Amino acid sequence: MNDTAQIYDQGEYNFAYLDEQTKRMIRRAILKGIAIPGYQVPFASREMPMPYGWGTGGVQVTAAVLGKDDCLKMIDQGSDDTTNAVSLRGFFEKTAGVRTTYETSEATVIQTRHRIPEKTLTEDQILVFQVPIPEPLRFLEPRETETRKMHALEDYGLMHVKLYEDIAKNGHIATTYAYPVKVNDRYVMDPSPTPKFDNPKIDEMAALQLYGAGREKRIYAIPPYTKVKSLDFEDYPFEVQKFDKPCALCGAENVYLDEVILDDRGGRMFVCSDSDHCEERRAQGHTGPMAANPAAAQITEKNQRETTR
Amino acid sequence: MYVAVKGGETAIRNAHKLLAKRRRGDTSVPALTLEQIAEQLSHSVARVMGEGSLYDETLAALAIKQARGDLIEAAFLMRAYRTTLPRFGYSQPVDTARMLVERRISATYKDLPGGQVLGPTFDYSYRLLDFTLAAESDGAELPVETAEMRDEAMPRVTDLLGDEGLMEPDPITDVDAPVGDLTREPLAFPADRDLRLQNLARGDEGFLLALAYSTQRGYGRTHPFAGEIRYGEVEVEFFAEELGFAVTLGTIKVTECQMVNQFKGSSKAAPTFTRGYGLVFGQVERKAMSMAMVDRSMRWQELGEEQSAPAQDIEFVLSHSDNIQATGFVEHLKLPHYVDFQAELDLVRRMRAEWFEKRDQNPDEDAAAQEAAE
Repeated sequence: MNDTAQIYDQGEYNFAYLDEQTKRMIRRAILKGIAIPGYQVPFASREMPMPYGWGTGGVQVTAAVLGKDDCLKMIDQGSDDTTNAVSLRGFFEKTAGVRTTYETSEATVIQTRHRIPEKTLTEDQILVFQVPIPEPLRFLEPRETETRKMHALEDYGLMHVKLYEDIAKNGHIATTYAYPVKVNDRYVMDPSPTPKFDNPKIDEMAALQLYGAGREKRIYAIPPYTKVKSLDFEDYPFEVQKFDKPCALCGAENVYLDEVILDDRGGRMFVCSDSDHCEERRAQGHTGPMAANPAAAQITEKNQRETTR
Repeated sequence: MYVAVKGGETAIRNAHKLLAKRRRGDTSVPALTLEQIAEQLSHSVARVMGEGSLYDETLAALAIKQARGDLIEAAFLMRAYRTTLPRFGYSQPVDTARMLVERRISATYKDLPGGQVLGPTFDYSYRLLDFTLAAESDGAELPVETAEMRDEAMPRVTDLLGDEGLMEPDPITDVDAPVGDLTREPLAFPADRDLRLQNLARGDEGFLLALAYSTQRGYGRTHPFAGEIRYGEVEVEFFAEELGFAVTLGTIKVTECQMVNQFKGSSKAAPTFTRGYGLVFGQVERKAMSMAMVDRSMRWQELGEEQSAPAQDIEFVLSHSDNIQATGFVEHLKLPHYVDFQAELDLVRRMRAEWFEKRDQNPDEDAAAQEAAE
């Protein structure tokens, strides 16, 4: 799937791989999801030519919303050049022939796994999430029959007890990613395994958010400008992770950082997880404390080589 | 030591080239042909067709070749291909009573109408490595002696029992009722038996085998007898609206297993035997039997039994039987997770710092606790 030979105009497969009937079925689920923000809509997920767990839900949602004039950005762990982001981007280049980009502002559709871009998204953009386990209550109650009932009755006591027990045991809530949120004052939702650092971004976001879980056969959505509240307690308000250092390469603060191990002697640096954001800042002349370090330069160089294709 | 964390397009392309090379192996050894795989690895082909839910021996052989013999990977290739095919509709139910039988055994009767037909089986063979196969020559026809097929009907054992009222009747269903299809509608619970059987037919052989085995060892015992196992060719018919009658599309080879299980009866129903049903593509008896046993286990509710074992738990069984889903989710752990891991790293560091701080503040308490422990 990774040679860029394109098959979209050969007539073997439909535009963006899925047939139109399937896309229609998925779009219906999406529309229902938008109408009931945070509600998990069952849909007849198809087998895709990549394994379950690789983003089949996100890929199906993207395929259903993608048009010929769209410009697609594909990220994994915040970066455009992680292996699976490269592979999924290649899939749409091959099957849809759409324009792709690394630049957040240029994209009309952004498919992501585990991160939300640092740059504020706009009304013209759709953010598609790959979701492994859509059910926020799953690890508290493994049965689907039970969790559906709990959602229907808005019975989220179990979740609050879990968060309370965290505080009682650890002094703080020990959930760092896939941190549960309440959407539009109604449904408790799993924002997919993004770090809780990204939770504030999904509140009142201008862009449409679509969440696709292929293996679990669920789609859910958050329409633009919807209230999304991270669950917390009055005396233990929700807090995001804080990094005590700026990005080692571009000096950005208040962004999510990846820890990169530089050697086997404890050498490490923290760099932007959002690689496009980092590169843009460096292009603007921002530098971080380790920008001149040879080990850091190795990463920078490699990224640039991948970027300029 | 510098650890690369980001991979790129070049790396993927090169990895796939290397995979292609490794798949082919030593090029001085002749390449496998699809005919060889389909003819000589027929059990693999049958498993891939069944778990891939697509009856096509040549495509299954291709999938096995492409997957380097990894049968789950091969079934996945079949599934991904199958899902792109147009749907004409659903076939008529196959009539296994009209099967062109190659093997038919019953463990419940010594002899029965139609007879016991052993057919090609590993049963009763000594599992000794046959070193003559290591130097097998081509072309020589293998002489086989088979009894002449008795020209008589081969009724299903369950039908024989049914005549006497000893066997629960086949469930009567409305012919026009829509067939459940979990490839078109997401699986919802509670799932009816048609969906359960479809799920099991696509399910992983190993998973079903282990579940069936667990029922034999006491986790949800169902007292099964292999009422009948038959393997052979059946016709697949499709009702053509334009013609107004069913036309035969072709034949497929299937294994059918009817397990006969005890049922003590209740205030409303007289004691009788009940059934578990298994039907799979090709000669895959192990799976057909496992399927029948798990099917019967999952019927606890309708038969008024107690639920106590994993094999009876419909949601548990159906949610985890699909090996394409299972392997995907297990293996996706290979994908990068460093953003989430970073969040956990941060939390563990913080919790450790708090732990050490607390310990250093109250060293006496620690010592006291140790004393108490001693």
